[in-house]
Amino acid sequence: MTTTEPLQVIQADGGVNGYDPQMPESELLHCYRAMLQVRAFDAICLKLQRAGRIGFSIPNEGIEATQVGAASALRKSDWIFPSYRDFGMALYHGVAPLEMMHNMFGNARDGAKGRQMPVHFSFVEPIRFVSISSPIGTHIPQAVGVAHAARLRGEDTVVLASFGDGGTSSLGFHSGLNFAGVWRSPVVFLCQNNGWAISCPTEEQTASDGFAIKGEAYGIPGVVVDGNDLLAVRKVTLAAVERARAGGGPTLIEAKTFRMGGHSTSDDPKRYVPAEQFEHWKKRDPIPRFEKFLQAAGLLDAAKAVAMNAEVTEEIAVAARAAEQVGPPALETIFSDVYAALPAHIRKQGEQAFDLAARRGEARSGDGTFPL
Amino acid sequence: MATLTLLQAINDGLRTAMRDDPSVLVFGEDVGKKGGVFLATENLQKEFGAKRCFDTPLSEDGIVGAAIGMAMNGLKPVAEIQFQDFIFPAFDQIVSEAAKLRYRSGGQYTAPLVIRTPYGGGIRGGLYHSQSGEAYFCHTPGLKVVVPSTPHDAKGLLLASIADPDPVLFLEPKALYRSVKGEVPEGSYRVELSTLREARAGKDVTVFCYGAMVPVSLKAAEESLASGIDVRVVDLRTLLPLDEEGVLEHARSTGRVVVVHEAPRFCGFGAEISALIAEHAIEYMEAPVVRVTGFDTPFPNTLEHHYLPDHRRVLDAIERVAHF
Ligand SMILES: Cc1ncc(C[n+]2csc(CCOP(=O)(O)OP(=O)(O)O)c2C)c(N)n1
Ligand SMILES: [Mg+2]
Repeated sequence: MTTTEPLQVIQADGGVNGYDPQMPESELLHCYRAMLQVRAFDAICLKLQRAGRIGFSIPNEGIEATQVGAASALRKSDWIFPSYRDFGMALYHGVAPLEMMHNMFGNARDGAKGRQMPVHFSFVEPIRFVSISSPIGTHIPQAVGVAHAARLRGEDTVVLASFGDGGTSSLGFHSGLNFAGVWRSPVVFLCQNNGWAISCPTEEQTASDGFAIKGEAYGIPGVVVDGNDLLAVRKVTLAAVERARAGGGPTLIEAKTFRMGGHSTSDDPKRYVPAEQFEHWKKRDPIPRFEKFLQAAGLLDAAKAVAMNAEVTEEIAVAARAAEQVGPPALETIFSDVYAALPAHIRKQGEQAFDLAARRGEARSGDGTFPL
Repeated sequence: MATLTLLQAINDGLRTAMRDDPSVLVFGEDVGKKGGVFLATENLQKEFGAKRCFDTPLSEDGIVGAAIGMAMNGLKPVAEIQFQDFIFPAFDQIVSEAAKLRYRSGGQYTAPLVIRTPYGGGIRGGLYHSQSGEAYFCHTPGLKVVVPSTPHDAKGLLLASIADPDPVLFLEPKALYRSVKGEVPEGSYRVELSTLREARAGKDVTVFCYGAMVPVSLKAAEESLASGIDVRVVDLRTLLPLDEEGVLEHARSTGRVVVVHEAPRFCGFGAEISALIAEHAIEYMEAPVVRVTGFDTPFPNTLEHHYLPDHRRVLDAIERVAHF
């Protein structure tokens, strides 16, 4: 019931051996564009971080096909429980780069009100992209809960839970898969096996023969896919999503890919990742690979690719400049949303903080008002 | 004596313990080759090999559970939890197991392990890379909770914790990792647990604090001089078991007390100090005990400088109790 050889669709020359992805031309190009957006967003954030204009970012280079391919299998009514390395899932579904940049700067327009670190996005529209939590694995049983609730409520929603190879060692992974197996929940578990959990290589993370097989003990089929092959990731995710929607239960997908950057902007992977691994995976870059497919299918030429890349890069650079202009959130945002209603003791602490800021001449408009 | 940062002092303390005692092991996420995300365990794997300094799978529950077992079986595990914010999968192992093993077995089994973990704000880490969770753990009989604030104490308290027969949670103020430097003796020495340190002498007001709030309180004390207030600063160093008599002596001698911590106020450690004084030294007090703390909210990101007590907030409190 578990596959072991990674499924591939796109060959080295861009050919697909007669496979029909059953996606309209516009959809294929949308996937391509989303991958370009991820890479541009990534590169710009890296520069912003190096220049001290944002505090932190998470490199996504190399993982784009996994993110976008998986996201493309979902409807807008489905839910995503993302990891922090899933920029492409949001961008594919149409979250504006500007919205994401507001979070990177933690400014007043950030949907999470500047409370979270950069890359800890949360969106409700155009798809439920659930608020990212730093503690690894906590979201996995929550995704199962959403899926189970959907069934109880008679909805045909499917939930995608995304996590890394390291995430499979968390308590949440095991309880989440166990519950989903017992309940046959409409959930798809996507394990992005990028070979490393910060500096911990796969062989020190697990003695198991890969990650897909871990589903088996929970009664969940496992599928291994080449995570740098967008069409292959889409294919297996779509099959898992359709099966879940039809009441067939959960699937565990292991996408084999590689993190071309550091774990985060605070990490230097050269301290622990052997140089050969970067060389090996550089040749398997998911973007040129999909480009070759599009070219072979007559959907893209070099000029169009360059133009599209320039367009998305400009869009994201503009978003970064715009987000940087927005000021920090109001002081009030420290104290609101702790509860639905503001308790007296927190209100008092807030009022003292406003007074203090006013006395110091640091108060800004909006600081001193609580929402009622 | 070498001048080291707090981080280097911890690294030196670990190295010293590993050199002195072959049963000391260091493990956790990314502590081996990478040397820890803050580099507290840098070069330990190089010097002592991967049998004594190694990475584990990504499971805090596994790390602490395994450390308990190793400690039961004669080793001296020093486990690292990458951020205190990620310790909660191990809460069960710490609270239900490590802290209760001696008691529930009538002293037949014990778990003398050390869990090191960086805590606190100041690095723009938002909700999950900034928390100060000491109060959860100080509510746990059987556990010891230690918080250094100087390089000298960091090494000496760490060595004392490793030598201690009971489980110790060693909270490292990450904001001070590289920002404080001080003289650190070479080789082995211990700073006795459950002892206070008078970080600054003064006769008018006592400020009790620990970890990253010690330099903040010292700065406030310096600035109080301008308004003629002579402030004593006491670094608590060990929160559990607390040197209660020491706290009471300082409280009685100045009659005016401020407590500073970055953790939320409600049921925070300041409440314990305040209650202790109310019960046993009220007749000496000239003013109510005032707490300067983080807010009773999660830890924000962009506005963390408003959340974290700074010397000006401490100064306000000092003036309030001085002029009460
Ligand atoms: C419970 C918990 N422990 C530790 C961490 C610190 N940490 C953040 S990411 C990470 C590695 C995660 O690796 P993996 O799951 O493979 O995801 P990847 O970063 O490779 O995408 C660690 C240890 C955390 N966030 N949560
Ligand atoms: Mg990984």
